[in-house]
Amino acid sequence: MKQNNLKAWLYLLPAILFLGVFMVYPLVDVCIYAVEENYASIARTYTGIGFGNFRDVLSDKLFIQAPKNTFILVVITVPLSTGLSLLIALGLSSIKTLKKAFQTIYFLPYVTNTLAVGLVFMILFDKTEYTKGLVNLLLHTDIDFIDGEYWMKMMVTCLYTVWIVMPFKILILTSALASVNQEYYKAAKVDGATNSRIFWKITLPMISPTMFYLVITGFIGAFKAYSDEVALFGTNLNAAGMNTIVGYVYDMLYSDTGGHYGNAAAAALILFAIVFTITYINLKFSRNKVQYM
Amino acid sequence: MKVVLENLTKRFPGRSKKDADVIAVNNFNFEIPDGQLIGLLGPSGCGKSTTLNLISGLETPTAGRIMFGEEDVTSLPPEERGVGLVFQNYALYPHLTVEQNIIFPLQNLKGDKKMTKEAMHDKAVEVAKLVQIDHLLERKPKELSGGQQQRVAIARALAKIPRVLLLDEPLSNLDARLRLQTREELRRIQRDTGVTTIFVTHDQEEAMSISDLIVVMKDGVLQQIGKPQEVYDEPVNLFVAQFLGTPQINVFDGAVRNGKVWIGDEAVLDVSGKPDRPVWVAIRPEGFIPDENGAFTCSLDRVEVMGRDVTVVSTHPKSTGRNIRSIVSAEYRINQGAATVRFNLKPAKVHLFDKESEERV
Repeated sequence: MKQNNLKAWLYLLPAILFLGVFMVYPLVDVCIYAVEENYASIARTYTGIGFGNFRDVLSDKLFIQAPKNTFILVVITVPLSTGLSLLIALGLSSIKTLKKAFQTIYFLPYVTNTLAVGLVFMILFDKTEYTKGLVNLLLHTDIDFIDGEYWMKMMVTCLYTVWIVMPFKILILTSALASVNQEYYKAAKVDGATNSRIFWKITLPMISPTMFYLVITGFIGAFKAYSDEVALFGTNLNAAGMNTIVGYVYDMLYSDTGGHYGNAAAAALILFAIVFTITYINLKFSRNKVQYM
Repeated sequence: MKVVLENLTKRFPGRSKKDADVIAVNNFNFEIPDGQLIGLLGPSGCGKSTTLNLISGLETPTAGRIMFGEEDVTSLPPEERGVGLVFQNYALYPHLTVEQNIIFPLQNLKGDKKMTKEAMHDKAVEVAKLVQIDHLLERKPKELSGGQQQRVAIARALAKIPRVLLLDEPLSNLDARLRLQTREELRRIQRDTGVTTIFVTHDQEEAMSISDLIVVMKDGVLQQIGKPQEVYDEPVNLFVAQFLGTPQINVFDGAVRNGKVWIGDEAVLDVSGKPDRPVWVAIRPEGFIPDENGAFTCSLDRVEVMGRDVTVVSTHPKSTGRNIRSIVSAEYRINQGAATVRFNLKPAKVHLFDKESEERV
């Protein structure tokens, strides 16, 4: 028995080492950094243990903007992208001709580089000395989407985020729809259910686990937003007023005024707390709504 | 409701241009009298489920007409036909309770047929009582046994008072004991409601035991329709004779010569008035009478004792099957050590079929 235990640990060792070095240690370290006040990275000294870093972060004007942006992004893009994806997936599963072609088109953003997509959005929205941008030309407007008003920038960000997260959701939803037993539809049809009733009473409950999974991962993904904003507005997100929580963490570590390990760690933990709370609420809320077969 | 099928044909296109079309149902004509229980019987792939789908409206026929009573329903969508359909694996909505499942069709009613919540509940309780699941109304389908799920499926199909009740292999997902019980139940429910019921099965015993009429199909073609006993006693062709009955009918390569049936060099039966020709001689297992001086000699293989009766397993060079199984009363004492066993044949249990067309002679 003892022999076996030793062997078992030996087998587990590579995974434990790997996870320990790259997962557990950093997690613990983040918590330590977060409570060490006024940590100086070169001298490796700190003045005390406490919640000073959290106080600093929460009173930082730049930080206040970040969660606000993140929240707006989450609240707009998660329902919008999930709903649109469901509509497109429903459409895809009901057409026969050119199905594969449409599936490929809708999946393209998934395999396209974020920065390349950013470039395309620049062409669509950016005003330069030479052009007003494609969208302005089409709409006959003169709006500065990239360096102008806050809500214009936010709209472009949301559009970008929705567009980039949709392919994955469409893919997952298409397969979820395909896995619904066709007999339920036949039974409902014989029983005289209308298409909308079939959708609300059968299709939606049957794919609710998938919907729930997409909403949860959508929330988490949107809270972690950063690279999309960089692709649109460049690395100085604070100047654009479009910073996110992850962006703030990055700035604290690596920007010109960086090196604030304690503040970065505190901000990261605040993000964790927010994501954790939202996911917990989601789980509680959906317990009665989601059907697991 | 009387159901009439006229020249009903369903053709599915082949998988590619080269492949021929598949004719699942080929020029069907039959009439199902009001209030009867009909068994659609045939081997798998014979088109019986397609026939059911055509009647329900889930498939549209390539040609022909379907009449419910005097009404032509051929072009009506399923929801306007007023049929109740029970699927092979029941298709109960897993997220709804038993009661919600049963009232689902009622909630779809429109116009003056619309029902109040109370009326729907009362109806659910009523049909649940009929199929004896009224104590399970709050459960979800996954909390029910297979037999209970099936009753729910039947209750759901009956709730909207269908003109025709259709059941696709209703007993195939149940274990042997439950199958026996449930088929009695099915018969009782059908009698109680009086609704014209058509069920599909590949199990001939199932079809024979509860149907008023059985319809035997093969390769999309109707073979025979009639009362179970009639079809069993008077099969129109070799296929029907072989498909009905367990153990299977014994078939021999024989001939009619000079008013006698010959198997090998033995004249086993008198059939005066029939022209000479080669035939398939099909003998039901119960058609053998052991007799020391019998006309028909077989090599004895073994005797299986069942208590009430005895199965004599023997062989004969002209038999198309490996064994000949004959069921005889246990009163006959068969000498198990003997090399041969001799029989006389009961004329009513011997059927002759043309060698070429396999039609009954």
